[in-house]
Amino acid sequence: MLKAKAAAPDATDFLDVASLLSDEERLVRDTVNAYVRERVLPNVAGWFEAGTLPRDLGHELGRLGLLGMHLHGFGCAGASAVAYGLACMELEAGDSGVRSFASVQGSLAMYAIHRWGDEGQKVAWLPAMATGELIGCFGLTEPYFGSNPGGMRTRARRAGAGWILDGTKMWITNGSIADVAIVWAATDEGIRGFIVPRETRGFAASDIHRKLSLRASITSELVLTDCRLPAEALLPLADGLSAPLACLNEARYGIVWGAMGAARTCYETALEYSKTRVQFDRAIGGYQLTQEKLVNMLLELDKGTLLALHLGRAKDAGRLHPAQVSFGKLNNVREALAIAREARTVLGANGVTLEYPIIRHMNNLESVLTYEGTSEMHALVVGKEITGLSAFT
Amino acid sequence: MKIVVTVKLVPDPNAEKRIDPTTKRLVRTGVETVLNPYDEYALEAGLQLKERAGGDSRVTVFSMGSAALKETLRRALAMGADDALVLSDTALEGSDVWASAYAMAKALSTLEFDLLIVGGLTDDSSTGAVPGALAEHLGLPCITNARKIDVGDGKLEVERETDVGYQIVRGSLPVLITTALTFGEPRYASLKGIMGAKKKTIGTIGVSDLSLDLPVGTSGSKTELRSFAPPPARGKGRTVEAADGVAGATSIFEFLREKKFV
Repeated sequence: MLKAKAAAPDATDFLDVASLLSDEERLVRDTVNAYVRERVLPNVAGWFEAGTLPRDLGHELGRLGLLGMHLHGFGCAGASAVAYGLACMELEAGDSGVRSFASVQGSLAMYAIHRWGDEGQKVAWLPAMATGELIGCFGLTEPYFGSNPGGMRTRARRAGAGWILDGTKMWITNGSIADVAIVWAATDEGIRGFIVPRETRGFAASDIHRKLSLRASITSELVLTDCRLPAEALLPLADGLSAPLACLNEARYGIVWGAMGAARTCYETALEYSKTRVQFDRAIGGYQLTQEKLVNMLLELDKGTLLALHLGRAKDAGRLHPAQVSFGKLNNVREALAIAREARTVLGANGVTLEYPIIRHMNNLESVLTYEGTSEMHALVVGKEITGLSAFT
Repeated sequence: MKIVVTVKLVPDPNAEKRIDPTTKRLVRTGVETVLNPYDEYALEAGLQLKERAGGDSRVTVFSMGSAALKETLRRALAMGADDALVLSDTALEGSDVWASAYAMAKALSTLEFDLLIVGGLTDDSSTGAVPGALAEHLGLPCITNARKIDVGDGKLEVERETDVGYQIVRGSLPVLITTALTFGEPRYASLKGIMGAKKKTIGTIGVSDLSLDLPVGTSGSKTELRSFAPPPARGKGRTVEAADGVAGATSIFEFLREKKFV
């Protein structure tokens, strides 16, 4: 009997994870990959250095259909969770800031309206947000309440048929460029969500400067002072803290994939560098210490990618538990950061300049480790699940 | 308006290629197949014209090649083409420019169209002769190297890119047009396009579906590939060794000036 000869493994997709994807999923991956290669990579180091993200990026991502791509109807593509994950992976292979833009728009702001809004709110906001014509942000975190959002001080009180909001939200991606903010506030009836257009009197957004991470991303503070909203600003179906947490769970799922995109870029950069960088008359990739570093990076990269795909398939089948998303986010961001740091050592001093993408990804991943649930909180979510004992409430 | 765009499926231009010494044909296994990059400009032209014309305008993608690779055309459908037709038959293997264009013309004549848009060149064989031969077989006027196409009331105006500028050419429909790389960057497929593409049809026809009067494939070809050789290996090059940066830069500058690069 003839035995088919196995093809030599790819240097990045060593386990041939691509063979588990459908033709359509591969087309999504390749399309976003080409966009990032042609439009993001040539510019992103400059954006990072200048601390900006061009507004037109939103339009471009909208034209590609990437904003809210996993939502159904209202101008959204209705793609699978796996297709959405692959898009996040390719965007973050460019920069975590670019992926954050898409995550906040699609998984936080648009998802909140899509899941918790009424028909009128969906029709009013979602189609223009899907095209990138309107930008959204998501205000949950506050200066004194990060991991414990339930303690939020932002208050909404009834005033006639409408509401008055007061409070401050912190670390809000896209805050100052947003046309609309989804703001979560405590009321006498529990935590509720509000759609706050930027022109609302009493709403102000200012940028947070001097960040050394996610520099190609706008991060803002939102201040709401006596901010009067009509009754129809309330998201009618959002009842309690579980509503914003459901949104975060969506975004975290994208990060499980995205982190492996950043890790892939770091690994591939280190691998290429190691084959051409000569020390002691030999390419450093030929030294045992370097090979071990590269192989360790590859192991975690491919395992993390398989994990992301596994969670994606479970999500598409409707059987993904939020604690499993915590498992994925904790593992993949932690490993991506470790890969970035290891890759940096392969490049030596060259690894610390923006000529190479590694230090940019490494610094970005410090934020990714913390936002959308810190690694500590995700460990405690999984810990609570396996012991039945909560360490934080 | 009915538009047909021809698209060839070619090995990834960035992949290393090999020619089989026995068949003298490009080895296509183990290399990813992509849309011929030049044809993506033709497709972009077709899609822009369809969008401008509106109504029931359609873009059909036509390809001659292996039926096994036809799913690659799904990307053209994701970019916005309405359907695709593949002419595939082992009898076509080894066709030269003349035989390829003859078979393609016979297949294309089964389709109704106002505009036939063709990429200027294929990345794998690079003859650039098929568009002209196609126009001849189909009895169509041929306008090459278009950087802009306008169609209105059955009238056609094309800006042709030339070495020294551009020409404005008027003509009537139906017509064959080849596109220049200055036409405009081919669009990215959108997520909605990708998801809609799976519902679009990729039809397949063979030689028996065409009323051919002449042989195709190797026996129908008027030219024969006698031999081939890889390009000569690049020489070792010259290494500049200098005492310091200034001396090194000076000698590199002298070298560039000698070669008239600066």
